[in-house]
Amino acid sequence: MRPEVIKEVTYVPYSGNMAAAEAMRQINPDVVAAYPITPQTELMQFFADFVANGLVDTEYIPVESEHSAMSACVGAAAAGARAMTATAGPGLAYMWEVLGIASGMRLPVVMTVVNRALSAPINIHGDQSDMMGARDQGWIMLFSENAEEQYDNLIQAIKIAEDERTRLPVMVGMDGFVVSHAIDRVRLLPDRAVEEFVGENKPMYSLLDVDNPVTHGAVAMTDSYMEFKRQQREAMLHAYKVIREVGEAFADVFGKKYEHIETYKTDDADYILIIIGSTAGTAKAVIDKVREKGVKVGLIKIRTFRPFPYYDVMDAIAASNCKAIGVFDRAETFGGAAGPLFGEVATAMFLRNKHYPMIDFIYGLGGRDTNVNHIEEAIDKVMKLAAGEEIPLVNYLNLRE
Amino acid sequence: MAEVKTAEIKLPPLKKLTNYPEKLAPGHRLCAGCGASIIIRQMYMVANALGYELIWANATGCVEVCTSIYPYTSWKSPWIHSAFENAAATIAGVEAAYKALKRKGKLPTDKKVKFVALGGDGGTYDIGFQSLSGALERGHDFIYVCYDNEAYMNTGIQRSSATPKYANTTTQPVGSESLGKPQHKKWMPEVAAAHGIPYVAQAAPSHWKDFMEKFKKALLTEGPSFINVFSVCPRGWRSKEEEGILVTKLAVETNYWPLFEVENGKWRITYRPKNPKPIEEFLKLQGRFKHLFKPGMESKIKELQDEVNRRWEWLNKLEQLSREV
Repeated sequence: MRPEVIKEVTYVPYSGNMAAAEAMRQINPDVVAAYPITPQTELMQFFADFVANGLVDTEYIPVESEHSAMSACVGAAAAGARAMTATAGPGLAYMWEVLGIASGMRLPVVMTVVNRALSAPINIHGDQSDMMGARDQGWIMLFSENAEEQYDNLIQAIKIAEDERTRLPVMVGMDGFVVSHAIDRVRLLPDRAVEEFVGENKPMYSLLDVDNPVTHGAVAMTDSYMEFKRQQREAMLHAYKVIREVGEAFADVFGKKYEHIETYKTDDADYILIIIGSTAGTAKAVIDKVREKGVKVGLIKIRTFRPFPYYDVMDAIAASNCKAIGVFDRAETFGGAAGPLFGEVATAMFLRNKHYPMIDFIYGLGGRDTNVNHIEEAIDKVMKLAAGEEIPLVNYLNLRE
Repeated sequence: MAEVKTAEIKLPPLKKLTNYPEKLAPGHRLCAGCGASIIIRQMYMVANALGYELIWANATGCVEVCTSIYPYTSWKSPWIHSAFENAAATIAGVEAAYKALKRKGKLPTDKKVKFVALGGDGGTYDIGFQSLSGALERGHDFIYVCYDNEAYMNTGIQRSSATPKYANTTTQPVGSESLGKPQHKKWMPEVAAAHGIPYVAQAAPSHWKDFMEKFKKALLTEGPSFINVFSVCPRGWRSKEEEGILVTKLAVETNYWPLFEVENGKWRITYRPKNPKPIEEFLKLQGRFKHLFKPGMESKIKELQDEVNRRWEWLNKLEQLSREV
């Protein structure tokens, strides 16, 4: 039996990569196949150390590319193993074809994505264009604000992915460098408690069951292909419920609740910011600051991006005094009206048949700094919008113009 | 490198081999005269005789699309198709899962299993080359079998790096300014052998006993094996459906497709035609080389013959050299 390392709840100074690797150690997956890529590299280095020192009994495959990393995860998961990997930016792009295979085959692979910009020009720093680009590949997508959330989200992701109602792969994103490499206070859970929480993987079919052979990844012609895709949509609808249930179960055991969205001071808010990832943390500090001056701002942080929690977002907005909304997009949608998150929130309004003035902020591309001043500047624009001033639909934060 | 101790394990006689239950079910949609299904059945005969269950990863290609059309399947073995270029990486994941679950005591099976990745020349020589190279280098316990029909036959006879020089293909067709594919075929088994894996072989279903012995060795080898098998494609080669095995035989008898193996670094030619036939014998049965038989094309045929001779000489030298090392 592998040694028990963490016996009780412990608080540590950890980076996001360290926290994610620690979660993987505690999950003890059957197979991990991964390729190093900045800023994910040190995550896999930490995990490789665990393998080298017998702290996990994982079969670890240091593959020759991300394409093969995901392919090996597909093979392993189809064989009934719990398979995990991690990647970043271009690595996720290189996996793209196989992402759809994992979800199309309904294989519960779980992966950390250390969010990073895409070429060209080449840039190794953080933004979310990688996951936004992989948005429609049928994966459940969670985002983390900080290292502890990455850790907690990965543990929950296993249960979400393997639930009989979903059987879908999950990717959990954290912002490159600002979360992956910055040291933060992280609450680690006891090994055995995590082991118990994630439980046993109970695959429905296995390639290793030679007595009951299955054909995985068959050809589906025009007479059946659409039905498979329809079922994937259904699985995503189930995932919405499963994510909520797993979040509640996590709260029951570990005392910290995760929902599809996190609201911060929205109840009485006149202005609402909607943000994914680490910048939500900065925004909370700015909100505290401007509220001292009497400006009532609230925040909706998106944790679940796929399936997108349209009604949760709209209910939170409707419950506030919202006069205008500022959406923060850390990815571009070239040729689109505004960023990808803006599009989702606009859809949410359509679904509730409610309209609020809303503008978009493109920020932090390729690791560009977004500090308190930039968020204050954004709040200022949202206030002007509420006051009836004409503000451009798309606004850039910290852009040299 | 693990020693392959195969001599004492004998395959049963042909009559017994053919009596095992079929595990590639009839009713698949491969073309009449296709070499690939014959190859797969010969592999099964060996696995059945030695009591192995095969677990397959199939690259996208003729075999994959013709055997797995939902809601049917021709496979009475566990089988997975993931993409065109990743059969080796996919089987690596399956094999890793096997090791992990065995170790954790979660796999209560004492059955002998072997992992097989199957791809055409496109999925092996070209687009799947990277994942194949990676899996061979990492030393997974699996057999990679390439059924080499010398072009992308599944999508309609487009050239691959396995296509021989002067073959007529749809992406490098014969025309007033072109004699078909301008380059010679890639020597893939040599590339596989350069990975230093325990077993590499080239085989042909016409010489079934030779192929079966080779597949037997691969089955009994711990670690990666690579077998390149000549696979007639009547549709793409414009050859007669009923002449597939004849064309295959001529490929071997002309030394166009030498039969050899590389066992723990030792090269060995496993069949030497007594009187090698001229390359024309092989070429003339196939419409893809029709233009080479027009007047004035003699030098092109000679060029192909020279390449065959050069390769044969090179293989002989490798055999001799590796014996001395």
